[in-house]
Amino acid sequence: MTIEPLEQLVQSFEIAGQDFSRAGEVSSKIRRILQQIGAPVETIRRTSVATYEAEMNVVIHAQSGRIDLSADRCAIQITVSDVGPGIVDLDLAMQPGYSTASEEVREMGFGAGMGLSNMARCADDLSIDSVVGQGTTVKMQFRTNG
Amino acid sequence: MVQYITEGLLEEIAQTLSLENVSGTDAGITRATGVYVSDLLSDVMGQAHSGEIWVTVQSHLNVVAVAALKELSAVIICQSREVAPAVAARAKGEGVVLFRTPLSAYEVCGKLWELGLRRAA
Repeated sequence: MTIEPLEQLVQSFEIAGQDFSRAGEVSSKIRRILQQIGAPVETIRRTSVATYEAEMNVVIHAQSGRIDLSADRCAIQITVSDVGPGIVDLDLAMQPGYSTASEEVREMGFGAGMGLSNMARCADDLSIDSVVGQGTTVKMQFRTNG
Repeated sequence: MVQYITEGLLEEIAQTLSLENVSGTDAGITRATGVYVSDLLSDVMGQAHSGEIWVTVQSHLNVVAVAALKELSAVIICQSREVAPAVAARAKGEGVVLFRTPLSAYEVCGKLWELGLRRAA
């Protein structure tokens, strides 16, 4: 059986911090793109969850950010970088249930402290670089071979 | 009484529970494969399975984004929580079925359990 190779793809998207009315739009766009290029359903699901969580972190915590998507036959790479407060204690931030989100944001059902652990579970590779007072960059890779 | 084993037609479930379709999205022949209840969006992102009905009291725009990304069959918004026209419109645009009910999440889940719905496999 011949498997159609995925097209080479590179695309960038801007995210506005604190804009909850548009939050999730970039993740939805990326999901549609991955469907169009014929990425495997399971890879799309994992990528969608992790990208949404990363996008929401930018909306909740940062001033602005961007998501860079690149995809080829073997893997999808998502890089989410923001201008924001940065993460003070990364080990603590990775702990399920830990969150620095405001009370207002929590009432909307965000800030449950599950975002980073969802990302870690969904991605095949996850790396986080953060500088307090400057911003955070999250790199995630999703292999398409399951 | 409608009898289900593991999944049911959304339309029949909506009728049985007298759910109001606030988004006007056509439930068509969509089948619900299970149920997940939570008001924490990341919990739903992490734990719900595609095809499941999501029971919640949250009714803002991001509920639609989560339901669409997770390919959930429907969202049931409990306790007659207000659904803004923009939320209903976004749901319709994304093909997300938004139901509303005066019942509590506990009562909705009880009724869905009685119908035979469980977690999706």
